[in-house]
Amino acid sequence: MGLDQSFTGRSYPPSAPYQVGREKIREFATAIGAEDAAYHDPEAARALGYPDVIAPPTFPMVLSMAASRQIVEDPALGVDYSRVVHGDQRFAYTRPVTAGDELVCVNTIESINARGGHDFLTTRSEIGTSDGEAVVTVWTMFVVRGEEG
Amino acid sequence: MELPTQRYRVTRADLIRYAGASGDFNPIHWSESFAAKVGLPGVIAHGMLTMALVGRAVTTWAGRPDAIVEYGVRFTRPVEVPDTEDGTEIEVTAVAKDTDDPGLVRLDLTATCAGVKVLAQAKAVIKRP
Repeated sequence: MGLDQSFTGRSYPPSAPYQVGREKIREFATAIGAEDAAYHDPEAARALGYPDVIAPPTFPMVLSMAASRQIVEDPALGVDYSRVVHGDQRFAYTRPVTAGDELVCVNTIESINARGGHDFLTTRSEIGTSDGEAVVTVWTMFVVRGEEG
Repeated sequence: MELPTQRYRVTRADLIRYAGASGDFNPIHWSESFAAKVGLPGVIAHGMLTMALVGRAVTTWAGRPDAIVEYGVRFTRPVEVPDTEDGTEIEVTAVAKDTDDPGLVRLDLTATCAGVKVLAQAKAVIKRP
């Protein structure tokens, strides 16, 4: 059974605010081996014009992956998570995430397509501060593999 | 213009560290038996770890940690990470192209592991260094 394409365009209530911590950014940067000073040292980030350490480009996944489960786990949509594969990923940045940001994700189902027995579900997360400043838009495409045989 | 190749080593320890930092604890990234059960050749790296390493290459080429305006990839082949001290290696290359906006450069990215392309349609738009 394919996913119901009439869910396209549906938006979900904003996620609970996520408080970006300096140590979380440092931990993430260390995990990917990114040693740039602005990811670790607030002074270096301030020299680039930011209020505190900035996060590496893929850091927003820490929030958006958790937030997009809102869609993947929506019982009305009925995705079988055990058959989900991460197909592609895209970010468009207004500015880097910085320590001290309080971020909220608003998730929308951008598209649902069926092809070759699989469903391709693209979600869009608009991530901004709780004050309404846009920070980054994150698109995630999930492949929901069809049942074998 | 072709940019200098960047290489990043990935070991099992890196996968554990990334799982903790990112919150992605899918067992295909740490359990040999689980990976086998779902038909994988072995434990594989998080796609988002590969994307993060390629992102490091992009910011290295850009010369600034905050240069990226847009960044997208398609995950096509898994990066298998053997349980050895050396793990595996991801090699990243890029070709830089002008865009319509004189302040921006587009990078067409290629990431390979053991000679096999692991990403498709990998692109970044960066502020001109």
